[in-house]
Amino acid sequence: MHKLLSTETGAQVFMLGNEAIARGALEAGVAFATTYPGTPSSEISLNLFQVSQETDLYFEYSVNEKVALEVAAGAACAGLRTMCMMKHVGLNVAADPLMTLAYTGVKGGLVIVSADDPAMFSSQNEQDNRYYGKLAGIPMLEPSSVPEARDMVLYAFELSEKLCEPVLLRTTTRINHSNAFVALGELAPVTAKGRFDKDPMNWVTIPAVSRKLHARLLERQAEAARITDDSPYNRVVGQGEWGIICNGVSDNYVADAVKDLNITDKVRILRIGMSNPMPAQIITDFLKGCTKVLVAEEGEPFMEEAVRSIAQAAGLTLTIQGKADHLFSQLYEFDPAMVRRVIATFFDLPYTPPAQTDLSDVPPIPARPPSLCPGCSHRATFYAIKKASEGMDTICPTDIGCYTLGFMPPLSAGDFSLCMGASVSSGCGFARATDQKVIAFIGDSTFFHSGITGLVDAVFNNHNLTLVILDNGITAMTGHQPNPGADMEAVDLQGYGQVSIEALVRAIGVPHVTTIKPYKVQKSIEAIREALAFKGVSVIISQEMCTLYAASIRRLKKRAFYVTDNCKNHRDCLNDFACTAFYLEDDRVRINPDSCIGCSVCAQICPENAIRPLKSASTNVA
Amino acid sequence: MDTIRLIIVAVGGQGNLLASKVLGEAALAAGVPIQMSEIHGMAQRGGVVESAIVMGDARSNLISDGEADVLLGFEPSETLRALGKCNGQSMVITNLSPVPPFTVAIGNGVYPDLKQLQTLIKAKTKRLVAFDALSLARQAGSVMAMNMVLLGALMETQLLPLTADHIKEAISTKTKKAFVDINLKAFDLGAQAARQVEA
Repeated sequence: MHKLLSTETGAQVFMLGNEAIARGALEAGVAFATTYPGTPSSEISLNLFQVSQETDLYFEYSVNEKVALEVAAGAACAGLRTMCMMKHVGLNVAADPLMTLAYTGVKGGLVIVSADDPAMFSSQNEQDNRYYGKLAGIPMLEPSSVPEARDMVLYAFELSEKLCEPVLLRTTTRINHSNAFVALGELAPVTAKGRFDKDPMNWVTIPAVSRKLHARLLERQAEAARITDDSPYNRVVGQGEWGIICNGVSDNYVADAVKDLNITDKVRILRIGMSNPMPAQIITDFLKGCTKVLVAEEGEPFMEEAVRSIAQAAGLTLTIQGKADHLFSQLYEFDPAMVRRVIATFFDLPYTPPAQTDLSDVPPIPARPPSLCPGCSHRATFYAIKKASEGMDTICPTDIGCYTLGFMPPLSAGDFSLCMGASVSSGCGFARATDQKVIAFIGDSTFFHSGITGLVDAVFNNHNLTLVILDNGITAMTGHQPNPGADMEAVDLQGYGQVSIEALVRAIGVPHVTTIKPYKVQKSIEAIREALAFKGVSVIISQEMCTLYAASIRRLKKRAFYVTDNCKNHRDCLNDFACTAFYLEDDRVRINPDSCIGCSVCAQICPENAIRPLKSASTNVA
Repeated sequence: MDTIRLIIVAVGGQGNLLASKVLGEAALAAGVPIQMSEIHGMAQRGGVVESAIVMGDARSNLISDGEADVLLGFEPSETLRALGKCNGQSMVITNLSPVPPFTVAIGNGVYPDLKQLQTLIKAKTKRLVAFDALSLARQAGSVMAMNMVLLGALMETQLLPLTADHIKEAISTKTKKAFVDINLKAFDLGAQAARQVEA
């Protein structure tokens, strides 16, 4: 039995924030869940995927976040309790359905989880998705701790059904990837089948209907405004005259700082857990008791601006500050010492910063950047592309996935990246705007996510570009989630279809399509040369299973190679290919037999044929 | 209850997250409040994994620069890199068996000299316990048990509000059955090593 299905009500379980969110959904009787994987949200869906294999829960990895939210909308409008989770930038993709879903509303509870990533531990930006709650006009909740994340999921489902609106649960990495104890609640029974009642004048958003629905949304917002002023998640602690308003993880840093600065009796703290609509009455009452107020929130001045506006409406003129040069920054994440410093500065308190260690005499420590795995097929593809395009003036837009790491030398495969799917479409622009040869890179999952439309554009507008689809059969970067190209029977899961990338690309009408096996170096280079020479749209599909995934499903036939004495130390292997299984010993290149998977690419490029397989027989590696 | 702040740094695959989980379970058994956060982006691609563990009454689960009471390093150069988290009163425990970054392995960059590394850490903190945890793990029966060796050394410092028994109980119930004996042996070897280093 999956650990999140434990029926030991009351038991304290040490869990990850994302597990707590998944558990909350199960305690709420979630019947339907959809997602597109993205850090830091991925473990919510991984757990629900596993749970769905032993319960009535329907779970799917959708092709992208827009599709995930639309599939979820169908289920929720048919009356099922539904959850849809994604990383913050995923909500950009799902923003189109979100805005109008707020108009149609839902029948069964719909909770949308947006996992924001302040400080960009694994993201291309640190946008603050609280504005989506406000933009769509739907209720929004922000937990400050792991157990509260679980509690809020339950509350969010109730709120969603009460208001007939989707509810946004907005987390940050430090909630998703924190561990704490959660006391298990009871698992609710699941209603797995819904029914949709036809009512076109309420569900079909033609202008005449939508004008009515927008008015109804405003009525629901007014109801939400009454609820937020009464919500247990908007709470005041303390009775001092100095006010601090905070949300999410900043609540913890503020609580510790107030204790450490010994000002508990001077301060009152308003923690806002339901942040859309903002609780105007609670805030007005709070401001009336304060002489000055500091707003402590990571990201944008979302609450600060609302609080100022509420103060203005109430005719209050006290100082309200948050984001300022000497106070909080909009950049990155907060930490306890920084919050303590800002509180001391704002309230003019004596403050000694933590004793910083003088590191001026510490020698430079070599960086440890993430890199492509030993034997990764992406490295082989990039090597072949580089050889085939030698002497060409190229632009290589790349995309979001493991293969983004190929931008580092010596492969240097990646000149521009924006968002999911943008390699193809930005490549169309580069191709038109310049005379440079465009070679765009995209992974299989990202191609399904949003690369297809760009490719259709390229064919229709006849752009001169080569698209390389790095097809490793799985969504590797986020932890091996399936995508529409994945072979589900390989992992004993039945009832799935499988979409052929090659058939799809041909059906779009791409005039030049080649499939290569990147471990076959010379053949790949020749095929790529031909594709690059083609004027118009050409697609190269480079097929080889992700080595980590192959190992995890026992498909990896590992056979390590070694460098023989024939080596003349040209170092083409190291300088041009740079597999992470190589190391130097006594100024000679060696291959770590534990890391080498036996892709044999280095053996094929060695000018002396000095790299040979070890004698031991092939072994299957677990 | 006094607050104790512990940073654990490791390279992906060294078992840092399991060590943190064992500490969490032991804290539950001991009735000690615990907050923990992890950064494990790209761990499988050779990146750094960092856990911040706060025991006691504090609510924050992040540790600011200069505020760690204990730094537990699974890889010597990563221990050195995290030294900014420490202050003059901090305790540092580190494995001395290096996992050179790829840049160093191919000759671009120099791995810090291990003697100089220890001298630097000693000069900037209160105490350093440094030993080859990898060979002790091998001695216990598996290189995978290095995390348990380091937990043993950590507990020997008696800085955490937990006992060795709490940890051993958590190892017995929360690590894979086939590895429990090796893990317990590794834990004891780590504790023994810490005693010898300090003596």
